[in-house]
Amino acid sequence: MVIGVLALQGDVREHVRALEESGATAKPVRRLSEIEAADGLVIPGGESTTLWKLAAAFELLDPVRKLIAGGMPAFGSCAGLIMLADQVADGAEGQQTFGGIDMTARRNAFGRQVDSFEREVLVGGAPFHAVFIRAPWVERAGPDVSVLGEDNGRIIAVRQGALLATAFHPELTPDRRIHELFVSMVKGSQ
Amino acid sequence: MSTVDATSSSQANGAPAPETGTARVKRGMAEMLKGGVIMDVVTPEQAKIAEDAGAVAVMALERVPADIRAQGGIARMSDPDMIEGIIGAVSIPVMAKARIGHFAEAQVLQSLGIDYIDESEVLTPADEAHHIDKWKFTVPFVCGATNLGEALRRIAEGAAMIRSKGEAGTGNVVEATRHMRSLKQGIRRLQGLPPEELFTEAKELQAPYDLVAEVAKAGKLPVVLFTAGGIATPADAAMMMQLGAEGVFVGSGIFKSGDPAKRDAAIVKATTFYDDPDVIAKVSRGLGEAMVGINVDTLPADQKYANRGW
Repeated sequence: MVIGVLALQGDVREHVRALEESGATAKPVRRLSEIEAADGLVIPGGESTTLWKLAAAFELLDPVRKLIAGGMPAFGSCAGLIMLADQVADGAEGQQTFGGIDMTARRNAFGRQVDSFEREVLVGGAPFHAVFIRAPWVERAGPDVSVLGEDNGRIIAVRQGALLATAFHPELTPDRRIHELFVSMVKGSQ
Repeated sequence: MSTVDATSSSQANGAPAPETGTARVKRGMAEMLKGGVIMDVVTPEQAKIAEDAGAVAVMALERVPADIRAQGGIARMSDPDMIEGIIGAVSIPVMAKARIGHFAEAQVLQSLGIDYIDESEVLTPADEAHHIDKWKFTVPFVCGATNLGEALRRIAEGAAMIRSKGEAGTGNVVEATRHMRSLKQGIRRLQGLPPEELFTEAKELQAPYDLVAEVAKAGKLPVVLFTAGGIATPADAAMMMQLGAEGVFVGSGIFKSGDPAKRDAAIVKATTFYDDPDVIAKVSRGLGEAMVGINVDTLPADQKYANRGW
């Protein structure tokens, strides 16, 4: 089992390390053939407009959409959450995503970099030290979306079927529970 | 420093207080820029072009380095109106430059909501002995470096991101190459030293021992390393990435070229596929004229920006 980390732009290395510490084999993937060969896909933190532009330029948008719709497990943090959202609020003009989770993600909802913060939040009812960097939140979650975490009433972690997304960056802290959850989701899909 | 804390109201819920401006939050922001291109812009229109081309951030400037060279005079922080115009024009992060040592310019930039401050040798230094104490700020800083000792001194002062200095505004990549190689050689050298030699090495590098030991162990800087200064073509970006840069700043190379939008997008693609010559070849076609550029050897010593900072 190999989990691909989408290596167009962003904190790819941190996700690869987090996945390997969670018992998975992980590698950066950039080309469609590499993505198709993976058993699961992580979309890292980064700049969502850049991820969109590069995915469009290298003709990955539609094929990855189809892979996700076809049941490929995927996990996105921050910009990755935006890329997995069916709708984006406060996006750049015409901003597109892979989609898959029936939700609206609001970009930079927590503010600019001077507002970026870390603190303990509840994920799945348990405390988790979370790092938010120009983070989005989930403004609307559809009926099939399970809310896994909230911060001050804002949805910051969700799951829908084989898709997982967090507004914060579990790859930047040593706690591996979120990546372990995703690894178990990928194993469960085999 | 004042912090703009949009989330403090949540403390009423009994949730722990959010911590802003931590080293993790500052360095983490740079991690999110990796693999990306940060572009110098002087107007909201240029910022839009950069965002449309896939830039991960823009650097708001009054004049690009090539114009600072041509026009001379004292180069300072940009006008707040101009910075706010650029912040309002794009959804991606906006950086801005403060003069070396000019903490009051940095205070102003933080109050404007800038996402990253570049304490930059491209502007005229305001202090000949001291850089800004960057730990005092909520906003993170990126600083230039020509070698490992300089990079570690800046990190000790609180820089959350390092870039090569290169020689800005020349369109000539040779100095960026020198600095990237020097930084990487410095790190490799530390990795090969026995622990007892790191103490003297720290003295030689004029850097704190703890940082020297950390780099020797990790084999990398504790913060993200970008390249800057003279990058003008997709192949320049690809070369810098292969030399170990984690991302690219481009300045005069874009808006001093024939077709900025196309060159922007090409450098973004080349930075992602830096190790794939087929992609670099494809995106390098038909970009129009590159900036003319300057041969660094012909620059008088007092016009070499890389010598500024210590």
